[in-house]
Amino acid sequence: MKNKTEKQKEKRGWNNLYFLGLVIILYLFIFCFNFENAYNSLEASGDILVKLIPVLFLVVFLMGFLNYFLKPKAISKYLGKGSGARGWGLSVLAGIISHGPIYAWYPLLKELRKQGMRQGLAAVFLYNRAIKIPLLPVMIHYFGLAFAVILLAFTVIASLIEGKIIEMLEN
Amino acid sequence: MNNIKQKNDKKQKNLVISFYKSFKSFGASLPVLLGVVLLLGLFRENVSPQLISSIFRGDFFRDVILGSVFGSISAGNPITSYIIGAELLKEGVSLFAVTAFLVAWVTVGIIQLPAEAAILGKQFALKRNLISFVLSMLVSLATVTAWMMIR
Repeated sequence: MKNKTEKQKEKRGWNNLYFLGLVIILYLFIFCFNFENAYNSLEASGDILVKLIPVLFLVVFLMGFLNYFLKPKAISKYLGKGSGARGWGLSVLAGIISHGPIYAWYPLLKELRKQGMRQGLAAVFLYNRAIKIPLLPVMIHYFGLAFAVILLAFTVIASLIEGKIIEMLEN
Repeated sequence: MNNIKQKNDKKQKNLVISFYKSFKSFGASLPVLLGVVLLLGLFRENVSPQLISSIFRGDFFRDVILGSVFGSISAGNPITSYIIGAELLKEGVSLFAVTAFLVAWVTVGIIQLPAEAAILGKQFALKRNLISFVLSMLVSLATVTAWMMIR
């Protein structure tokens, strides 16, 4: 007989497939009424996917690396309940230096959370993905240096506020 | 000698197991990620910058909220948001609304929400996106006010 955890895992697996199934049905629907639109959307998706693949490889590699080298004890030391200011700082830094689309990092965060990462720190990491160092020159070009610097500073502050609120709501 | 060989074998085995686990865990998330990519393709094809800029009307609070709403439902490379933001400014939309739009673009993800909920949990995803939505307006107010004071 399957235990509760296995049943939950199975249910989650089906939920993941349901979502993809719904999107495919939506595409089929659009294909029937506007072939060109659906075809162009599919082409745009292909374009996004090609750009995404290198990041996905990086994420899988990092997950394997973390599984091998970082044991749950170390995770809870650096990102767990007793991690303190170091945990917040690490999450801000990791969010800023990580690259690629945000959704590519969900599986890695799930893995870290399983090993003891605080929810608030996961939120801080995700919020700081808003800061894109390689894109800073573009932002400065359009909005000016002072605006970019102030926005980045408030982004970091907001990330910490969000992390704290998430933790307060969790308790 | 035998001991060292045994240790090395164990390390190798652990390495293989670690990567197998990571592949397995990642594979489980793949259908959702693929679904998000397909939705993003639809978005890119059907939502143009002109469509977004046609929505702002000049009412301060309404435009800031609209900036956050459209930033939240938009997705893609942040450079696109900078270009749209600069166009909106040229058309007379307030910097407050444009900043709310820029911040929500990168911190709130309605298109990615199903993937975030499926992988990181429904409660977490909903709370995080809701707080980020509110914060996008507050960050906009704080940033533009500070910027105006410096100028």
